[in-house]
Amino acid sequence: MIAVVDYGIGNLRSAEKALVRVGADARLVADPEELGEAAAVVLPGVGAFGMCARELRSRGFARFVVEAIESGKPFLGICIGFHLLYGRSEEDDTAKGLGLLGGTVRRLSGSVKLPHMQWNRLDRTRGREAAMLSGIHGDSWVYFVHSYAPVPDPVMQGVVATCDYGGPVVAGVEVGNVWATQFHPEKSGAVGLSILTRFVERCGEVAAGRVMRSEGL
Amino acid sequence: MKSVRIIPCMDVDGGRVKKGVRFLDLVDAGDPVDLAVRYDAEGADEVVFLDITASHEGRETMVEVVERAADRLFIPLTVGGGVRSVDDAKKLLYAGADKVSVNTAALERPELITEMARELGSQCVVVAIDVKRVSGAVRWSVYTHGGRRALRLDALAWAVEAVERGAGELLVTSMDRDGTGSGFDIALTRAVTDAVSVPVIASGGVGGVADFVEGALSGRAEGLLAAGVFHRREIAIADVKEALAAAGVGVRPASQAGVSLHDH
Repeated sequence: MIAVVDYGIGNLRSAEKALVRVGADARLVADPEELGEAAAVVLPGVGAFGMCARELRSRGFARFVVEAIESGKPFLGICIGFHLLYGRSEEDDTAKGLGLLGGTVRRLSGSVKLPHMQWNRLDRTRGREAAMLSGIHGDSWVYFVHSYAPVPDPVMQGVVATCDYGGPVVAGVEVGNVWATQFHPEKSGAVGLSILTRFVERCGEVAAGRVMRSEGL
Repeated sequence: MKSVRIIPCMDVDGGRVKKGVRFLDLVDAGDPVDLAVRYDAEGADEVVFLDITASHEGRETMVEVVERAADRLFIPLTVGGGVRSVDDAKKLLYAGADKVSVNTAALERPELITEMARELGSQCVVVAIDVKRVSGAVRWSVYTHGGRRALRLDALAWAVEAVERGAGELLVTSMDRDGTGSGFDIALTRAVTDAVSVPVIASGGVGGVADFVEGALSGRAEGLLAAGVFHRREIAIADVKEALAAAGVGVRPASQAGVSLHDH
């Protein structure tokens, strides 16, 4: 079972439904302890970093999400669910992320409208394997809604794709068992469903032992 | 780069799509979810459901429509019409909507925008503004109640206030142009897009493919909304996107539409 973390913020149903659409046994999980039984964890996120960080902790999910990631289970963070992997965000100085990846979430800059709320083309990082994008055409467009994005430290750590919006914006990261996207695969039509299909396939491979379960972060 | 979204809009009454012409004359056009899925397959970047049902029971019907859409629609969905509180908005978001638009209720109580932005995040708060041209120093005035009631309120001033209060996007409808097929009100669209820092969706007046190009190039809108020309199959979304791309406007190719990648 793929657990979609239900921490009471906005539209989480779409992520669950999109995973079900591509054949996954996915469901919204509101009880943190159930993450222990899940084969994989998806952390969606909409709204504000501070609100999501606080809900994740107050509902008791933070520890179980970290445990799932450290145990090497396939993990997918989406939008704010991606931001939460970092320690802090300029969006809210008072809120703490999980701090699993190095870097900071920063406000987008440049003479562009915010939120970055549109489809944009993915630019793959040269010379880097992107499991989430395998089999997907080079000229692929996905849907973004955000005003902040992670700036990894070390620079470009795990970054497999960026997009151009007033400058390069980190769009996708893969670090071991952790996949994360700034865009919303569940809202990105055929391209997004293909990315979710890759994730579900990866979960199957890990479960079947065909791919070594990674050490976790 | 900036890209423009093509957004079919469905007026929904009691769970069925109605084709509105000049906000009044209504004709049944089918199931909103079926139609939304068709538009997704044809290359729509986003869809809007606008609930024009008057009754409270109708509102519950809309939540069911959104839930059904969540099973089959994998592009962004904005839902509006009759949203009066944060709780109304939450119901729609939890059902599977990505954004909720408010109109009359926000004019009656502008704090609603602030509350929604704080509790739900600006990115899901769309403020819809219905506008008519007026003579005098104020060029455009705000209307409410589906265009039946005039407010003595400058549309540009309201647009700026809505954004200051936390709107993440504006949906600006020219009621002079709506249903006429004479093109977007480009001066209005341009004035609003220049006045605010958030994306603006232009609405009202599309008659042909060239109107979309003008809305993007001259109006500088981030989103271009149309209803009748899509419902009546007068314009194909793929043709709109081809014309936009040919004019140098950033746009997601229609070939990536739908739920599966074919020869893409």
